[in-house]
Amino acid sequence: MALWGMVIDLDRCTGCESCVLACKAENNVPAVGATEAEKGRVLSWMEVLSERDEENGVTRFIPRPCMHCDDPPCTKVCPVYATYRNPQGIVAQIYGRCIGCRFCMAACPYNAKFFNWYPYQKEAPNQNPDVSLRPKGVVEKCTFCHHRLQKARENAAAEKREVAPGEYNTACAESCPAQAITFGDLSDPTSEVARLAKSPRAFRLEAALGTHPKVIYLTEGEGRG
Amino acid sequence: MAEFVMNPADEVLLDPIRKTGAGFWFALAGLLTMVGFGAVAYLTQFVNGLGATGLHEPVSWGFYVTNFVFFIGISHAGTLISAILRLSKAEWRRPVTRMAEVITCMVLLVGGGQILIDLGRPDRLLNVIQYGRYQSPLLWDATSISAYLTASTVYLYLPMIPDIAILRDRTTKYNFLYRVLALGWRGTQKQQKILNRAITIMMVVVIPIAVSVHTVVSFVFSMTLQPMWHSTIFGPYFVVGAIFSGIGALIIAMLIFRKAYKLESYLKPIHFQYLGQLLLVMSLLWFYFTFAEYLTAYYGGEPEEMKVFFSKFTGDFRWEFWSMVGCNFIIPMACLTSLKKNPIPRVLTASIFIVIGMWLERFIIVVPTLSNPRLPFRLGSYMPTWVEWGEFTGSLGVFALFYLLFTKFFPVISIWEIHEGRHEGVEEVMHRVKSYLPDDAEHAPPPQQQPVAIAAKAVVP
Repeated sequence: MALWGMVIDLDRCTGCESCVLACKAENNVPAVGATEAEKGRVLSWMEVLSERDEENGVTRFIPRPCMHCDDPPCTKVCPVYATYRNPQGIVAQIYGRCIGCRFCMAACPYNAKFFNWYPYQKEAPNQNPDVSLRPKGVVEKCTFCHHRLQKARENAAAEKREVAPGEYNTACAESCPAQAITFGDLSDPTSEVARLAKSPRAFRLEAALGTHPKVIYLTEGEGRG
Repeated sequence: MAEFVMNPADEVLLDPIRKTGAGFWFALAGLLTMVGFGAVAYLTQFVNGLGATGLHEPVSWGFYVTNFVFFIGISHAGTLISAILRLSKAEWRRPVTRMAEVITCMVLLVGGGQILIDLGRPDRLLNVIQYGRYQSPLLWDATSISAYLTASTVYLYLPMIPDIAILRDRTTKYNFLYRVLALGWRGTQKQQKILNRAITIMMVVVIPIAVSVHTVVSFVFSMTLQPMWHSTIFGPYFVVGAIFSGIGALIIAMLIFRKAYKLESYLKPIHFQYLGQLLLVMSLLWFYFTFAEYLTAYYGGEPEEMKVFFSKFTGDFRWEFWSMVGCNFIIPMACLTSLKKNPIPRVLTASIFIVIGMWLERFIIVVPTLSNPRLPFRLGSYMPTWVEWGEFTGSLGVFALFYLLFTKFFPVISIWEIHEGRHEGVEEVMHRVKSYLPDDAEHAPPPQQQPVAIAAKAVVP
């Protein structure tokens, strides 16, 4: 069975945030408006965090989707199974079941979860019909564009074949102009993403916590420290 | 006690039920205003969403979770203290236990309600039953708290039965209610024996349940991987803090009713002296746990822990942190070390500060950790809005209102236990003290001598 994962090459990332915008458009992530943004309530499934590296005098960009941990701290604490890790390794959310206790947000060491403090999302033209809208009072986060997997599966099933490599890709990976983001099946040793994940530059965020993230980063080259 | 003959002096304990003065109506109006304010605040939040609060990313838990831990903590006053006092046969417990038990029942309802207030989708609460995932510490809380509420309600009710029978026989108001609740109590020896056994069973049962309650409340935090939450001592630390704040709240409640219902002859300075000493011990214990917790974090010096540590010691939360230390340790030390003369004002001062300090402690545990995420995530300071203050005020109002109404239906001091103390307790204690002494004391003579003299003789070889 596939194990979906992502490799992000920090050496290639320019911090342009096109992944952020592609994600918002793809997943109907609403804009919350200036007042709400000021309060720290921006919803951004993909987010480019920046960190100043004083030693080398550079700013480092870290695109941060949900890590889709293999041992997720968030799913354990959910009282209603509204967030869970599915067999293909995707950590999913069930918006219709979430009671809004925000325990998963408090437990996530990556701050990858977001809450609908107000009913931000409204029916509007040009929304992606494949992605469900979220009501107020529930938690949402990156799903690895799960709806695209469903679509790929349906296509493959109609043509009576397996899902081909490259048929399922996330919006952020597609949109990255520097090709810093690679998405694919980590369990397939021939895949690009599995090859990159074995790179000596590979590391995982907060690996010491034992969450086993399936988003793997490649450090910047030597010149950037 | 075949025929219960009430001491005329104890009639004062029935007065709040028989008569209603202007003070009651003023208090009622005040509390209803508080509850109304809370209701408006909740309605605002319910209609608009949790956006009405000051919560945001990364501080997704704030006042409500703080209040949850705080109120559940206060509930430990009650049953736990009352059970321990009964179990250890502390005779001075008699006028104290009922008030403590009432606090527990009332505040548990309010504390459990905080979780409901905190939910983004209160309409989906029943999902917890339909899809419940027992791996989540929130369900451990639900289990423990509902067990505690059940056990402490039974534990409040059982020792009330003889008093309800007194009310049934002596008052006309609400007579039907008392007739039903008295369960046909006639005070026969057999009934008394069954009642005593039931109380004994309940007080043994209620102690481990109470300890489990605040332990699993702490597990909500300590089971996560977050810095300054992921700590093994959180269970006992929370339980100690809970009993500490509980005694504080109990003392405040006792002093209010002492004044309002003229119970000076029942709640004597000696009771407050003993409770004050208990408070002093808990303050030292609290300091010990706090010291151990923070020293361990500091000495280890893990960067993520240090971020949270310094935000408490010198950073954004320094005011709250040092006020907490002042309220929970320095002021109690100053007030409670010498309680020989006129203890009441000092015990009251310490109690008020302790209740405030323990609320701050809960806040200082919940918010700074969330404010300092591991990744270079955007920060933001948490500022509660009027909605959160409103619901806090409303919750306090609901608690006080329930308590006040209780005192209008049932005596706030156990009449039969005071009666029992007068008629059986004194003698029993005499025998008990004798039984502690070397056996030759039994052969020591004359019953007409003072018991103190017997005891004094016994220690002389």
